[in-house]
Amino acid sequence: MKITKEIIDFHGLKSEEYSKIKLLLNREPNILELGIFSAMWNEHCSYKSSKVHLKKLPIKNKNVIQGPGENAGVIDIGDDDAVVFKIESHNHPSFIEPYQGAATGVGGILRDVFTMGARPIALLNSIHFGDPKNKKTKNLLNGVVSGIGGYGNCIGIPTVAGETKFNSTYNENILVNAMAVGLADKKRIFYSKAKGINKPVVYVGSKTGRDGIHGASMASAEFDENSEDKKPTVQVGDPFTEKLLMEACLELMKKDSIISIQDMGAAGLTSSSVEMAFKGNLGIELDLDKVPCREDNMSPYEMMLSESQERMLIILEDGKENEASEIFKKWDLDFVIIGKTTNSKNLSLKFKNEIVATIPINALSSNAPLYDRKWTKKKFKSKKVKFKDLKKISFDEAFFKIISSPNQSNKKWVTEQYDQMVMGDTIERSGTDAAIIKIHNKDKAIAVTVDSSANYCKSFPLNGGKQIVCESWRNLISVGAKPIAITNCLNFGNPENPEIMGEFAENILGIKEACEFLDYPVVSGNVSFYNGTNNNNIYPTPVIGGVGLIKNLNKIQNHRFKKTGSNIVVVGKTFGHLDQSVFINQIHNLHDGMPPDVNLLNEKNNGEMVFKLINTGIINSVHDVSTGGIILALAEMSISSQIGIKINKPKKLTNIFEYFFGEDQSRYIIEVDKKNYSKLESLFKENNIYFDNIGTTQNEYFELDNDLKINVKELYELNNKWYNQFNGLNN
Amino acid sequence: MNSSVIVFPGSNCDRDIATALTKLQFKNKMVWHKDNELPKSDLIVIPGGFSYGDYLRSGAIAAKSNILNEVIKAANSGCLILGICNGFQILIETGLLKGALLRNKDLKFISKDVYLKVTNNNNKFCKNYKKNNIIRLNIAHNEGNYFTQKDHLKELEDKELIPFKYCNKNGLINDSTNPNGSINNIAGILNNGKNILGMMPHPERMIDNLISNTDGIGLFTSILN
Repeated sequence: MKITKEIIDFHGLKSEEYSKIKLLLNREPNILELGIFSAMWNEHCSYKSSKVHLKKLPIKNKNVIQGPGENAGVIDIGDDDAVVFKIESHNHPSFIEPYQGAATGVGGILRDVFTMGARPIALLNSIHFGDPKNKKTKNLLNGVVSGIGGYGNCIGIPTVAGETKFNSTYNENILVNAMAVGLADKKRIFYSKAKGINKPVVYVGSKTGRDGIHGASMASAEFDENSEDKKPTVQVGDPFTEKLLMEACLELMKKDSIISIQDMGAAGLTSSSVEMAFKGNLGIELDLDKVPCREDNMSPYEMMLSESQERMLIILEDGKENEASEIFKKWDLDFVIIGKTTNSKNLSLKFKNEIVATIPINALSSNAPLYDRKWTKKKFKSKKVKFKDLKKISFDEAFFKIISSPNQSNKKWVTEQYDQMVMGDTIERSGTDAAIIKIHNKDKAIAVTVDSSANYCKSFPLNGGKQIVCESWRNLISVGAKPIAITNCLNFGNPENPEIMGEFAENILGIKEACEFLDYPVVSGNVSFYNGTNNNNIYPTPVIGGVGLIKNLNKIQNHRFKKTGSNIVVVGKTFGHLDQSVFINQIHNLHDGMPPDVNLLNEKNNGEMVFKLINTGIINSVHDVSTGGIILALAEMSISSQIGIKINKPKKLTNIFEYFFGEDQSRYIIEVDKKNYSKLESLFKENNIYFDNIGTTQNEYFELDNDLKINVKELYELNNKWYNQFNGLNN
Repeated sequence: MNSSVIVFPGSNCDRDIATALTKLQFKNKMVWHKDNELPKSDLIVIPGGFSYGDYLRSGAIAAKSNILNEVIKAANSGCLILGICNGFQILIETGLLKGALLRNKDLKFISKDVYLKVTNNNNKFCKNYKKNNIIRLNIAHNEGNYFTQKDHLKELEDKELIPFKYCNKNGLINDSTNPNGSINNIAGILNNGKNILGMMPHPERMIDNLISNTDGIGLFTSILN
């Protein structure tokens, strides 16, 4: 087949990239080779636009066993236990086919974790949809939520935390990010680096079908009005097979048989084989006649580019073939030796006794294009909102609107579709600052959270980057965990647009600064560009997944008020920053202005103070203050406990809207017994921590001076009704 | 007391139930579905999960597996059999328990803590609960909407074969306290011989106050005594 310009375009390659291919091969590629290049050189697999920026992120400290570059990151949590985790996007497929797109997103991230020798113990997700009024939203929401549940529930890993958000920026490009967390023996972590020549390369798992061909290329281009036609490129998930594959792999990993192992994710057999050979500085030879196929007459092109799910590639030690194949036979899975490692440093493919492709491994990996794309600094059009210019609204009316709005509503409709309790170690489920998972049969736990704040990142990418790392850190602190490390999923628009590239570059700098200051490194992650349709780019939406360690199970905290008559204290200073707040965005429909400032020193001091307070055991509950400000945080504390509050306006207050709806950072709300209050006060003073004593807990009513009074039961109803109404349910 | 937990491909609550049984001093063994023999057991548990992916129909393929023949033999000779969630679905598919488990009324997977009333305690699984006790267990299922014919339903009620019904925290049993549409709010049933219990809620998830509560323990201690 002659390679024409149309074929090159179809493969998402630029003409200069095609010239580079010819140069690297010293000849024209055939169609199979072209397909392989396109799979490896697309944005999704090569990180060609993001690499130069990602290099700036801090990726090491004493707790990090493995940083970015492997299937997932690995951290040390003591006693030879390691936690393996990563977040990944499945945005494009989920928009086209929400159930399967979301389900296979979960399946893919689970494979990344158990490939490394870890048993997955928790799933999290961050899902962003368009405006609820958009006619596609309901279907997408229902499909994605059932898909996430369908996969996690079946394989039996609890889905313990997440976020569900709505914003018209995602109308034509939703975000589905899934995170998996696993537990491994520190001394038995498995990597993808091949070692040794003539070692058997084994294919295990599901058979290869025609699904998902060009999936990674699809995820590396913007959508247009014909995107629906891409449905065939979405993979179909089979969580049952994944469960078998997981058990079989974990069983094999107990023996000393595996040299290296890699899951077949994006770009399937191509990327897994190239990755293993590249890391080991070897070649790899595959006999495609041996690949287990689901359909008849599959061509080498289809086999190499298929993204069929639930498959793995393993390089075995000599003589271990029988032992290994017995295990896969037990689990009724295919186990086929399809090739071997070589010293040629080529990817060499045989089909029907002919060599059908020969490509230097380096050409596909280290020689892949790398772009330092042009980027421009964010121009601020922002003017500060003047409170006196805002239209008048009463405090309680604004509060009721916000508490019953789609973004602030209780997410039970979502989380009750996820099994949160399977595996029997879930101490805190969704709806808390961070979920807590006990380490099985041990007296310690990890806390996990995912967070994003797209509107902050849109208005000021640098600060937004800092803020979201801080929020993640704060959420872990709030449950009594020591934050250890993060994984990030960077969802952005078209990197070829200098403004979007600028959002990315500045956002990374913000993430870097906060991670360095808080000693909270990035150990894994994923970049998703081209989120947009017809030149409409989404808001920059970095999603941060954080993991923290709880060493003492008696020192866990949550945000539920514990009793009436306690004092309520705000830790950290309230300046009343309203720009970019829920109050300004939602009630006044204003979107200019800067997000709140992030003071990393205050963040660290306040956080360490709260961590210390939790560990001394003198406080009853803790909640971080974030979107919606103090009043929303208090409402969540009341709703979850059915205990009311009585708040008096602080005397120095200029305006209650600024105080209670302001979204200043580095703040927490804590509940403390009256008898412990003076001790708390002196601790704060000794440590120079700013605090406000704002009121007490009480029975029945959620009450703020003369401005707001509502029964907590009614408050619960208000907060709980939106999802059911939206989905046409009665209760 | 000796217990066995049957493990199918796709079972996923097998470890959880084994943890609970061991914690409560059962001598427990795991039994692989391809085995043809059961170890000596006083209790056989068929755990929750998605056996064979729940393909065809929940529990349908597992009901035809080798080991199930042995379970049926043991059941007929009076051994205690406990099927939880998918295990309940499998017991229905084998015919050891009558009725059917349909899709939940709202056609969604439901995972949450629910209240149950111990409507009958005159059996080996529930004697450590008081009659009309209200307990809180977790449910997590797609097909838990129990249905059976009128005469069987009458038999279940008359012969005290319904140990658990969904209710609210005050014990009210009606449509508003029924999470999945089960007939008469039924959460679990016994066979005529009262040695086989199938239930949708998960008692093994409720054995530790740090994680949830201890309302599930009564079921296991009942069996032990």
